[in-house]
Amino acid sequence: MSLVEFLQQLINGLSLGSVYALIALGYTMVYGIIGLINFAHCDVYMVGAYIGYFVATDLHLPFVPTLLVAMLGTAIAGVLIERIAYKPLRRSTNISLLITAIGVSLLLENGFNWLFGGNPRTYPHDILQQSNVELGPVHSDTLHLIILGTSLLLMILLQVVIYRTKIGKAMRATSTDKDAAELMGINVDTTISATFAIGSALAGAAGVLVAILYSSIDPYMGIQPGIKAFTAAVFGGIGLIPGAFVGGIILGVIETFVTAWYSQLSGAIGFIVLIIILIIKPSGLLGKKVSEKV
Amino acid sequence: MLKITNLNVYYGGIHALTDVNIEVNEGEIVTLIGANGAGKTSTLRAISGLVPIAGGTIEFEGKELNKVPAHKIPYLGISHVPEGRRIFANMSVAENLQLGAYCRKDKSNFEQDYNQVFEKFPRLKERMRQRAGTLSGGEQQMLAMGRALMARPKILLMDEPSMGLAPIIVEEIFSIIQDINKSGTTILLVEQNANMALSIANRAYVIETGRITLEGKASDLLKDESVKKAYLGG
Repeated sequence: MSLVEFLQQLINGLSLGSVYALIALGYTMVYGIIGLINFAHCDVYMVGAYIGYFVATDLHLPFVPTLLVAMLGTAIAGVLIERIAYKPLRRSTNISLLITAIGVSLLLENGFNWLFGGNPRTYPHDILQQSNVELGPVHSDTLHLIILGTSLLLMILLQVVIYRTKIGKAMRATSTDKDAAELMGINVDTTISATFAIGSALAGAAGVLVAILYSSIDPYMGIQPGIKAFTAAVFGGIGLIPGAFVGGIILGVIETFVTAWYSQLSGAIGFIVLIIILIIKPSGLLGKKVSEKV
Repeated sequence: MLKITNLNVYYGGIHALTDVNIEVNEGEIVTLIGANGAGKTSTLRAISGLVPIAGGTIEFEGKELNKVPAHKIPYLGISHVPEGRRIFANMSVAENLQLGAYCRKDKSNFEQDYNQVFEKFPRLKERMRQRAGTLSGGEQQMLAMGRALMARPKILLMDEPSMGLAPIIVEEIFSIIQDINKSGTTILLVEQNANMALSIANRAYVIETGRITLEGKASDLLKDESVKKAYLGG
């Protein structure tokens, strides 16, 4: 592989990885705050792609408004899922919550299948003009760069929200200790809703971006990227926001390079990486055993 | 100021509090002493809305708290330093203090409040940027108290501030509690260390298996034979 090829693949890998990271953030944020692996998260990503599809085809909105409407729609969907399905079970065992999440996931997939049919739908081609971009000798295209740029921008925004705003502080406090957060005057219910809203909006954005890239959507499109993003979250250290970011990017890059070398492995490589990391460092790349004094 | 009347609380299927009556007047230090599992923590958690009230009432400044959700309680001027400190270990000392002021609407006097907290707890100032989880037990207790003070409470509920601390640190903490009280904050103190608690309190209640069995002036209880026998080691 020449250097130029390497750089081209690297751009593709980063762009794929940034999409994984966007989805992984939702998994990790929800896990951090209520300890649930939200299996329905990958379907929220699918819902985002569908909202984007209808906005772009029926309302003929351009890329940025389409993305924003899809993010708003998935944010609302995320909050509704939490309020209706998860909140009543907050005091019950983790396993009932997990099974409920699987149920919500199946409901969304099959509900969308029933509503809109199982045939793939094609995204409008004109939503983003694709053209080749030459960075010196390296060829890439606008699409990959826009995906990478949008994802990075959203992740920077997330960092600002989490570390610089009141709701971000409330989210971090709630994920550490719910009772103590309430004693500070933090409304834990609202904070959990906000976490679902933000995580779901990021997944919705990822849904639109990937749908534009592959130009095709269907009700089961979330399953594969969902599992990979989940892998990325565990890989980086579940519950840790920087972990989701790092895990997503690394997984995307590894997957792209391995696929370029031996395409049969593309589906399996994520799991191979996961198994290796779980053997070597079960808490994930950035995870550490936190020793706390009592 | 704080009036608890015939309070009943069930906790995990256990009748944790039975007809508890406690009154705290403005400016006082009132202590609730008793053995492990007697219902001290449940009493404070009921005031803060963290456990549901099965019967009776809790009133603060004439307002009934029974139906007020936990996250609204600090806005009324009630701060709770929970058992085991419950600081946010992953966040810095400064962030913990900022969270203490979460319920404050006036952000203008922030600097002043910081300074007041640092005056009482100079060690926290040195550790501003440090992760709270890396502090020593005594420092964590100080942080939990500083965090509660950032809310500018009218009343401070303190749950076992002496737990797990060396005697010299306990002395320091208790003298700070007296300071806080002198600057105008009412205190309801829950303690197993009855000797220390009674020595700084105005009035005291003794709780046994969820019932108040004795109440009176702290100085009287210090001399009470049954209290001496049960809680003061002879």
